[in-house]
Amino acid sequence: MTRQCLRILSPVVAVAVIVVAPAAGQVSGRATVESRVFPRSPLLDTQHRSDLSLILEPELYLELARGRHSFLFEPFLRLDLRDGRRTHWDVRALAWRMTARSWELQLGIRKVFWGVVESQHLVDIVNQTDLVENPDGEDKLGQLMVYVALIRSWGTVEFYLLPWFRERTFPGAEGRLRFPLPVATDSAAYQSGARRRHVDWAVRWSHTIGAWDLGLAHFSGTSREPRLVPGKDRSGSAVLIPHYDLIHQTSLDALWTKGGWVWKLEAMTRSGQGSRFAAFTGGFEYTLFGVLGTGADLGILAEYSHDTRGVEATTPFNDDLFLGGRLVLNDVQSSDILVGAMIDRNTRATLLLLEASRRLSDGWTLAVEARAFAGVGGSDFLAGLRKDHYLQIQVAWHF
Amino acid sequence: MRESCLHMSDGRALASIARCAAARFGRTPPVTNARRSRVWLFNERGDRVGVIVSAGVQPQFGPGAPTLYLERRPRRTRRVRVASPARAAFGLLAALTGLAAAAAAQSPEDRGLAIALEAERRDSGFNDFTAELTMILRNRHGQESTREIRIRTLEVPEDGDKSLIIFDRPRDVKGTALLTYGHRVGADDQWLYLPALRRVKRIASGNKSGPFMGSEFAYEDISSQEVEKYTYRYLREELLDSVRTYVVERYPVDRNSGYTREVVWYDCTEFRVLKIEYYDRKTELLKTLAVNGYRQYLGRFWRAGEMHMVNHQTGKSTTLLFSEYRFRTGLGARDFDRNSLRRVR
Repeated sequence: MTRQCLRILSPVVAVAVIVVAPAAGQVSGRATVESRVFPRSPLLDTQHRSDLSLILEPELYLELARGRHSFLFEPFLRLDLRDGRRTHWDVRALAWRMTARSWELQLGIRKVFWGVVESQHLVDIVNQTDLVENPDGEDKLGQLMVYVALIRSWGTVEFYLLPWFRERTFPGAEGRLRFPLPVATDSAAYQSGARRRHVDWAVRWSHTIGAWDLGLAHFSGTSREPRLVPGKDRSGSAVLIPHYDLIHQTSLDALWTKGGWVWKLEAMTRSGQGSRFAAFTGGFEYTLFGVLGTGADLGILAEYSHDTRGVEATTPFNDDLFLGGRLVLNDVQSSDILVGAMIDRNTRATLLLLEASRRLSDGWTLAVEARAFAGVGGSDFLAGLRKDHYLQIQVAWHF
Repeated sequence: MRESCLHMSDGRALASIARCAAARFGRTPPVTNARRSRVWLFNERGDRVGVIVSAGVQPQFGPGAPTLYLERRPRRTRRVRVASPARAAFGLLAALTGLAAAAAAQSPEDRGLAIALEAERRDSGFNDFTAELTMILRNRHGQESTREIRIRTLEVPEDGDKSLIIFDRPRDVKGTALLTYGHRVGADDQWLYLPALRRVKRIASGNKSGPFMGSEFAYEDISSQEVEKYTYRYLREELLDSVRTYVVERYPVDRNSGYTREVVWYDCTEFRVLKIEYYDRKTELLKTLAVNGYRQYLGRFWRAGEMHMVNHQTGKSTTLLFSEYRFRTGLGARDFDRNSLRRVR
């Protein structure tokens, strides 16, 4: 988080804590110890073979007037042993909410999720990705917004006014799971003269019609996804400069379910970042309920991602097939495991992943994650990750 | 037809019947066992304005001997044009003939359905309720683990109920919420809210037989128990712990159900479910549910204090302890929409 942003936020946070904390809101959250092991020696000699982190995510929640008003404060802190950029703090949420029968208003910092598919998050654009957290991009930075939702019989319409842009985080020189060149996050380039003060906006309609969940959205403003342009930093070393363009993005997400089937589609078209392009991810999850003569469910996932930019795409998923299986044991420990492979249909580069979690006892959970990169060439989008197979173990205490 | 053989929720029996019958009668829905004894009434525009349910003659039901229920008052009373007297008379006659035929049949199927309908009728009109729930899971070695959840239910007169289940414990699932739109016919709609990602995730509609939170209760055991979700067969009258009960067998309509049949014990006076035996897909006895500690709320609605489910095949069991029942708390549809999932705490 930048210093300027910090200056603005600190008093707000302080006031919020002083006002709200004694009002006996609900305090909960978790503390996590995370360890990563990289079995292969790093590509660069600044990088390490292992990593250790401590993550604190408390949450304060307060409700007034029978839930018509509520307040949520969710700070975030990670202390990382190896990478100074991974040691960071953020305000994931600091928002006031007013709820009425047919509308809702929220002011402050929030996280919002759009989308339905598993293998990537194509249409999820409101929040910036906190990429130092995990290469899967599922972790997001808090976004300052004015949010209004109108709830009607023909669907929900949400308006987002986003006055402050957050830059994407990238691992530092000592971090792994990064591009071969470090990203110069302190010298980002903007298309807009207002830089991060450019006011972005978005509108989204969503509705459930029987077995269908539909969402249609438009975003206008600074792209969350930067173009990374090779350049030189102040000391003259080669770096990647993030360029944040002004874009228009229209997106659709749709889901249909019947029996054990869930069919999903995310599609979007974007202008402003080079010439207009389109991308989609679509597929299904089919669940076999009660396999192995137990209460376990086995889900089979298949998704295909396409990007009309081809190899010029700013994501690695331009013509990729995702195949996976999810086993949910439905046991007392809530054990589940997801294994999958993302296969590039052109280069055959394959990303293998495993995510598993289990409750150890009331308050304690264990999560294991592993990723491996097979057949990734030196010129591939993910070239910097080709030796970064890792095993991650998280033990979390929930309070 | 005498008024004494009608049981009406609003007490204006004949007037309503005549009004409904005056609206165009006919267009019976596809005949399924579950709905065989329902007659839908449509107005001139084809809107469904009411339903007549023939429950058969059941003298054991106590005073009133209900033969006919008009479950729903016409929604557009003022706008329904009363047709010509001849048509009205014809409609009424047709309705009554149909009911007489249904009453005369009195097969075990009709009788079983009649009991289920009576149980449903007695529990309708609560509007909404909330409750807190402690779930105690025991494995075959007697080791226990506990879950705490809150439930909110909204009655939807024309369809299945809407329900919201909020997880408080274990602490790692705190804030997770499950929203269910029950449907009388067809699969329920379900969404799960995952607080870590702020993600609302639609659940495959075939998810019925899976265990709920690792317990011995399947999703279908805790979901809204609509009459249409089963077909029925009356078995016998029986004393269960010195309580007089009707024993009814029911068969899930949904192919995704984990059961081939269930045997349900209703007490004869209040039509409360006291016990259910569940038979798995191999038709073997899988589980037995015992329901205790009923208390009456608002002078009308009975709710259980305790449910105990034993799985005979695994030796595991689950006890549900209910508390803090509150009725008519002012909840509305807005508290059960997808946005509401992000609000629950």
